[in-house]
Amino acid sequence: MKPLKDAEHLVRIAAVFLAGVLLFLGARALFVPKSFGQYGHYRADAVTEIAALPVVHAGHDTCEMCHVDVAELKHKGKHAGVNCEACHGPQARHADDPSSIKPALPDTAVLCARCHEESAAKPKAFPQVVTAEHSGGLPCKTCHTPHNPSIDSSLKPGDEK
Amino acid sequence: MTVSRRHFISLTGAAVVAWDYVLAGAPESSPNYQATDHWWAMLIDITKCIGCGNCVRACAEENHVPEGFFRTWIERYHVDDFHLEDPRVDSPNGGKDGFPPIPTSAGKDFFVPKLCNQCADSPCVQVCPVGATFVTRDGVVLVDEKYCLGCRYCVQACPYGCRFIDPERKTAQKCTLCYHRITKGLTTACCEACPTAARQLADLKNPKDPIHEFLKTHSVQVLKPQMATGAKVFYNGLDGSVR
Amino acid sequence: MNLIPVQGFMYPNEVELQWSVLIVLYPFLTGLVAGAFILASLERVFRVDEVKPTYRLALLTALAFLLVAPLPLQLHLGHPERSLEMYLTPHRSSAMAMFGFVYLWYLMAVLVLEIWLDYRREIVLLSKSTLGLKRWFYRALTVGSDNISPRALAIDERVGWIITVIGIPSAFLLHGYVGFIFGSVKANPWWSTPLMPVVFLFSAMVSGIAAVMLLYMVVCRLRKTVIDMRCLDTVAKYLFYTFIIDFSLEMLDLVHRIYEADESFRSLDFMVHTRLWVSHVVIQILLGTVTPIAILAITQIVRFTDIARKRLYATAGALTLIGIFAMRWNVVIGGQIFSKSLLGYTTYNMALASREGLLTAIALTLLPLGILWMLVKLFPPWPERALRS
Repeated sequence: MKPLKDAEHLVRIAAVFLAGVLLFLGARALFVPKSFGQYGHYRADAVTEIAALPVVHAGHDTCEMCHVDVAELKHKGKHAGVNCEACHGPQARHADDPSSIKPALPDTAVLCARCHEESAAKPKAFPQVVTAEHSGGLPCKTCHTPHNPSIDSSLKPGDEK
Repeated sequence: MTVSRRHFISLTGAAVVAWDYVLAGAPESSPNYQATDHWWAMLIDITKCIGCGNCVRACAEENHVPEGFFRTWIERYHVDDFHLEDPRVDSPNGGKDGFPPIPTSAGKDFFVPKLCNQCADSPCVQVCPVGATFVTRDGVVLVDEKYCLGCRYCVQACPYGCRFIDPERKTAQKCTLCYHRITKGLTTACCEACPTAARQLADLKNPKDPIHEFLKTHSVQVLKPQMATGAKVFYNGLDGSVR
Repeated sequence: MNLIPVQGFMYPNEVELQWSVLIVLYPFLTGLVAGAFILASLERVFRVDEVKPTYRLALLTALAFLLVAPLPLQLHLGHPERSLEMYLTPHRSSAMAMFGFVYLWYLMAVLVLEIWLDYRREIVLLSKSTLGLKRWFYRALTVGSDNISPRALAIDERVGWIITVIGIPSAFLLHGYVGFIFGSVKANPWWSTPLMPVVFLFSAMVSGIAAVMLLYMVVCRLRKTVIDMRCLDTVAKYLFYTFIIDFSLEMLDLVHRIYEADESFRSLDFMVHTRLWVSHVVIQILLGTVTPIAILAITQIVRFTDIARKRLYATAGALTLIGIFAMRWNVVIGGQIFSKSLLGYTTYNMALASREGLLTAIALTLLPLGILWMLVKLFPPWPERALRS
């Protein structure tokens, strides 16, 4: 027993270290979130939380539920692939409460040029004009109906619906 | 304007599905969504991008992206003839307000939209010390903003520069592939807003996904393939000068 | 963010730097720890008796700097209150997470334990002789055992030796890991190299040895005791040898980059020639490496007087510390001011008085010296002092 007596302090310090390890394990049991590790090294609840975030864009399927005739008109023309909110902005709140939340109409003088102003960086096949020369500053709505932009002599400005 | 009965019925069907899932302001769950049935990716067609900036704006609105930071952005390239190693690139405010028009000149000009590549072997996930960023079972790389320490190691590790630290929340943020939309049967905000279908969401596990055919029949690339990140954003028509 | 000047093209999200001067400071501090400990182990394990006068001082220096090292990290985190997560749910693939355990291991199982064992006799004596609050402090440290018989002390000596032997690779791991945290980032061509952990380690040893050498000279001055020149000469000699290795490694990295000239070379070369010219070429290489090596080389060849040698060593030591700090700066800041598109550069606007500013960095550099002063008072490194008190 004599050698042990001289090493007693080592046993004591080892006990202190062991206490530290046990404290750490206790902290782990207490503080690690419950869903952690369910699917991988992350908090599984985070996936559900992110998936449950509110949507801001309604998606064109929703728009077309009510705006059936606009959808009809659009699908016949060159803007068939242009979704509603591409020009009208996010409208989920409007879709949720159509009567009280009315979206502002986009200004064609500004809106159309964003896509159709001629630029060398745009694909050559994409329809683009130098608006100053093309319309002399008139808003595009003067001759083109935004939902179906091909110039049709039977359509008059204001005939969108 | 009349609508054919067949068209109306198909519209109603789609509408019923969409209506169930779209309600602004009220978070809801998608009980029918099975993560293991999906493996999300995206196709970006450089030959179609017109640099209008719709995607950048739509993303910023959909995800409340802080000003000055970008979950997606557009770069405009100018490549002088035969000088692939020396492109001139700009991205004014990430392309959020579009690009000022440029006159035709010698060389190539084109737009490259960029976003998180949703890497299958993500280096950002590898370096996160606590498991705050991770790849979901359906292939989307997400950030758990309640768990993130804000150490910024993931931002350093991303080869594509798609991550940033939210200045208010002090946690890492990046494109989530609109996870809150795609799990409800909607497409991402950027794809919804793109007028030319230059950006299209793809589900690599869904055999009926129309993008599969495109991927099988076109030469597509990922960004920085030498990094072997398992990037899942595929680019059609990507020039060799793109960084 | 709009106020940061950008040259060429940067990805929009990388204009603002992620890691500030505090992250420059962190590898500097841990480097001093590793270096000081290696110097201490020279005496203990390799029986280089000449450096014995610096043994305890080196250990206390290591402890002082190791205690402060997590502070720059905490101040830089977006959510320091969540930092415990690194211990609770460490991501095993993350070098940063694993480093948390390396740090803890080195602090508790190596450094604290070794200091405790080496000082145990004094601790027991002081627990009986001092009065007031300090008495309780020493009593706690005895963990209830006051056995300082020759046999017990011999056991301490033996166990301490084993701990030092384990401590040497642990010290290598401590700072090599920091190098690996940078060196394993494949996205960053300035950082990504297998040489990074080795370069970090050797520059750490250089800085640690230089720091202990300077501190030894300063402490002797303050205590008005004679500097043991045989000790000082030996420490300077080891500093010289380690520096040669460190310099060779850094030159190897440089030559390799220039020769291979891969896709990142043009961008990085331009960066070094312009934005990093002063910090890299002038301060790190010329002033901080070549000059101290030259000074130390001359002292090995030409015989100088004691006073001249002290002055030369002090100059070399100070320049070394500046040079190693500049090296950390060039790695951390340099790695962030060029674009990963390799087409542009941004600017680091170091804040002055904010949480991650210059003043904070200065305070965190001085804090370990304050802690060291306290430790020297509590655990006198030189026996005659302990007996006197």
